[in-house]
Amino acid sequence: MSEVIQEKAPAKKAKTLDFIAQTGDGARPMTGNEAIARGVWEAGCRVAAAYPGTPSTEILENLAKYPAEDVHAQWSTNEKVALDVAYGASYGGVRAFCAMKHVGLNVAADALLTEAYIGVNGGMVIAVCDDPGIHSSQNEQDTRLFGKLANVPVLEPSDAQEALEYTRWAYELSEKFDTPIIVRSTTRIAHTRSPVVVGEREEVESKGFVERPENIALPTTARARHPVVIERERQMEEYFSQSPKMQWIKGDSSVGVITAGMSYSYVRETLPGVSILKLPASFPLPRDAVREFCDSVDRIIIVEELEPFLETEISAMGYEVEGKVFFSRAGELSPEDVHEGFAKAGLLKSRKQENPIEINELVRPPVLCSGCPHTGGYMALRALNARVAGDIGCYTLAAMQPLQAMDTCVSMGSSIGTAVGLAMAGGETRPIVATIGDSTFLHGGITGLIDAVYNDADITVLLLNNSTTAMTGGQEHPGTGKTLRGEETHAVDYADVCRAVGVKSVREVDSYDLGVLYQAIREATEYRGVSVVIANRPCVLDPVKIKGPAFQIRAEGCTACQSCMNLGCPALSWSDEVLEGHRKVKIDESSCIGCTLCVQICPSDCIRPAAELKSS
Amino acid sequence: MSTNANGPTNVLIVGVGGQGVIMVSKILARLSQMQGLHVKQSEVHGMAKRGGSVFSHIRFGEEVWSPTIPMGEADVVLGLEWAEGLRWLRYLKPGTGTFISDTKRIVPPFSCRDRTHDARHGYSHHTVAEIVEQVPSAFAPDATGMAMELGNDRVANTILLGVLSTVMDFPVEDWLKVLPEFVPPKTLDTNLKAFEAGRAWTKEPHEPDLHDPADVLPSGPPMRRQVNLEITEAWCKSCDICVKMCPERCLALDERQIVELVNPEACTGCRVCEWLCPDFAIAVHVDAVPLEAIKAETAEEVVA
Repeated sequence: MSEVIQEKAPAKKAKTLDFIAQTGDGARPMTGNEAIARGVWEAGCRVAAAYPGTPSTEILENLAKYPAEDVHAQWSTNEKVALDVAYGASYGGVRAFCAMKHVGLNVAADALLTEAYIGVNGGMVIAVCDDPGIHSSQNEQDTRLFGKLANVPVLEPSDAQEALEYTRWAYELSEKFDTPIIVRSTTRIAHTRSPVVVGEREEVESKGFVERPENIALPTTARARHPVVIERERQMEEYFSQSPKMQWIKGDSSVGVITAGMSYSYVRETLPGVSILKLPASFPLPRDAVREFCDSVDRIIIVEELEPFLETEISAMGYEVEGKVFFSRAGELSPEDVHEGFAKAGLLKSRKQENPIEINELVRPPVLCSGCPHTGGYMALRALNARVAGDIGCYTLAAMQPLQAMDTCVSMGSSIGTAVGLAMAGGETRPIVATIGDSTFLHGGITGLIDAVYNDADITVLLLNNSTTAMTGGQEHPGTGKTLRGEETHAVDYADVCRAVGVKSVREVDSYDLGVLYQAIREATEYRGVSVVIANRPCVLDPVKIKGPAFQIRAEGCTACQSCMNLGCPALSWSDEVLEGHRKVKIDESSCIGCTLCVQICPSDCIRPAAELKSS
Repeated sequence: MSTNANGPTNVLIVGVGGQGVIMVSKILARLSQMQGLHVKQSEVHGMAKRGGSVFSHIRFGEEVWSPTIPMGEADVVLGLEWAEGLRWLRYLKPGTGTFISDTKRIVPPFSCRDRTHDARHGYSHHTVAEIVEQVPSAFAPDATGMAMELGNDRVANTILLGVLSTVMDFPVEDWLKVLPEFVPPKTLDTNLKAFEAGRAWTKEPHEPDLHDPADVLPSGPPMRRQVNLEITEAWCKSCDICVKMCPERCLALDERQIVELVNPEACTGCRVCEWLCPDFAIAVHVDAVPLEAIKAETAEEVVA
């Protein structure tokens, strides 16, 4: 094992691309996502596919900034399709790439677990971004466990420089060991900018399709391959133990810390001088290196985010280790958490202090934007008192006050299946409505809809079509008519899809026309069988920011009924005027985009165009 | 403020989604790079666009490990919005850290959902005076107000950067070199003026603001609405328009499909049901009674 102490990568002459500003010393500030994209491009990858998902989205967006003749980059309908596309390219003999968020791997897992048996032709790398702390997800599952389940190696970079280097390295490993490789990132790596020294693109010739028996996953081939996979795991374990990327920072031998990924930075920050073993890969565990390290120190502490993955593996080697007893298994680690963990271990003094200034912190949950076309649909559902099966997207925010118009939310595309189950359970007196966004519908909703028709479920589907993948920042998808690189392409017609799978009651309405929207949903819920209402309006942020003439409230007409406040529109707030103990409402003109939803709700007709009120 | 001897300098920039937290932190990261320092800048995307709380950690120095600032170690907390500045105050280095915040208040809809009489905002009630008194180094300009005087409320962030420039060690020339790279060319003049206005603001004395703008109380004696809903059952044809449009959801149809008031506590007497009923079946009687009178009445009842 080599003993590397933070060696900076040698500065190479970089091929400059104008979208990333270079600074004097040859390094340029990059997020982890930008660095992974750069690593993919440098490794000579030819085909890349992904479905957007925070915090992984910007990897493909950045990859698409490199020349199209270098790499084909595309949005796919979902993570499984993306992985299939990338794997197809690997079959075809070129280096391929796929990116996804942690929960995206659940969708792609079916393919991945078998691909681990098949092996690769062209190098195959999958970047999976975990979200410890659940900044923008529905759970905080730990991808390292997936690596173990799938027998796929998991590399763990700890900053943007390593994100680039490990991604390039992953291609070497993939081809050397005939396996797909996971590069595991986390939110903190994905969205932290730090200086990165870049390299040049290596051109890798296509190997062409190579006919191998294991290309076809069958019981016979899989039986033959499983022992190979197990042997590969052992070989990689040895390889990682010898790897120069294994870092042993020699220090005080009374305590040895084993860590990987982002946790490494926190350990360096909080406990200088201690012996540290930083693993480049958490699976397969480089046992020889770990053994050598453990034998050299008196006490072994494991610092890792989320599950006690390394802790369990190293305990199983017969060492007495401490880890989750000091560091939380839930949530994202922070330097102060790691400090307090070491304090519990008796290595540092606790810094926990009483807050010198008592502050009542404001609760500021994220909200649907002012003018968000989803608002109208949920306002109508609220009035209908529907039982609403929700889904993943911006519109999940409608579950919060004041709209509070959603009863369930599970995973991408779950809403329709959930609604079918609710209907089959019987006994529900309220109309059952599944709400799903356009991108989510294409991702995982269509199969649910076919199921509903097939089983003749009495449900209504409200398809909230805002013509973008909004939650992740406005990405194109098969319904927008544009590709990742902005080229024109076919756009899915949702009404056609619904009719084609056998939905008899399909209606399209304008999301801003509250009366029609309400009436359409009401009629749809009264229809016996599967009915679909498609509510159309573009997202107010993407692809273009929408700003129409603002409205204002004629204060003397406002009766402080606060009906409009039920929209939860961020442009609306209390004014300083009080009527019989109740606040009147005002509109922030700079945020109002003129969607008119509040105008349609106001019973006293006192919300008028701002220009009209000013002129009178 | 001098750079920390043993570790990186830590600046925490906070605000509400859409205010430009990331842009401000990019400017600062660029400045530290110009000094040849190692920089890490960490942010979180996703919910940020949707009006949520946004933060960006910037750390620079000879060697930077963690991308996030440990609690209690920020040399500067820069708030683009008042309550957000306050939220992160606990990250400020006690005693020596500098707190800079716009006094601009962005009130979220979530703070305006209490429908009871004389309800107060859920917005932070800490006044500027209260904070300035407790933080040894604190600057709380009305940057948005100043920006509007310059003719563009978007330059408020540049005013705050002007204030920040007076406590950082970077040469003023460098700030002026970096600004044009990040602002639209058309607004450069206004931005340069804003930067100077921010610097000038720190040199003048300011009376700390004792006023809590979120805390507006009615003028005159506090009043109460006493609501009495009169439903003419014979006229109700079960259309349930009132049930659906009641902002407080306090009406329902009973087993005979006639409207009834099921949640009188929630009724605010807004009259929406009365206006919308096509059959004039609901009449809302509202009396505005001085609060003192109700208190006296309640007291009598208690005595009786």
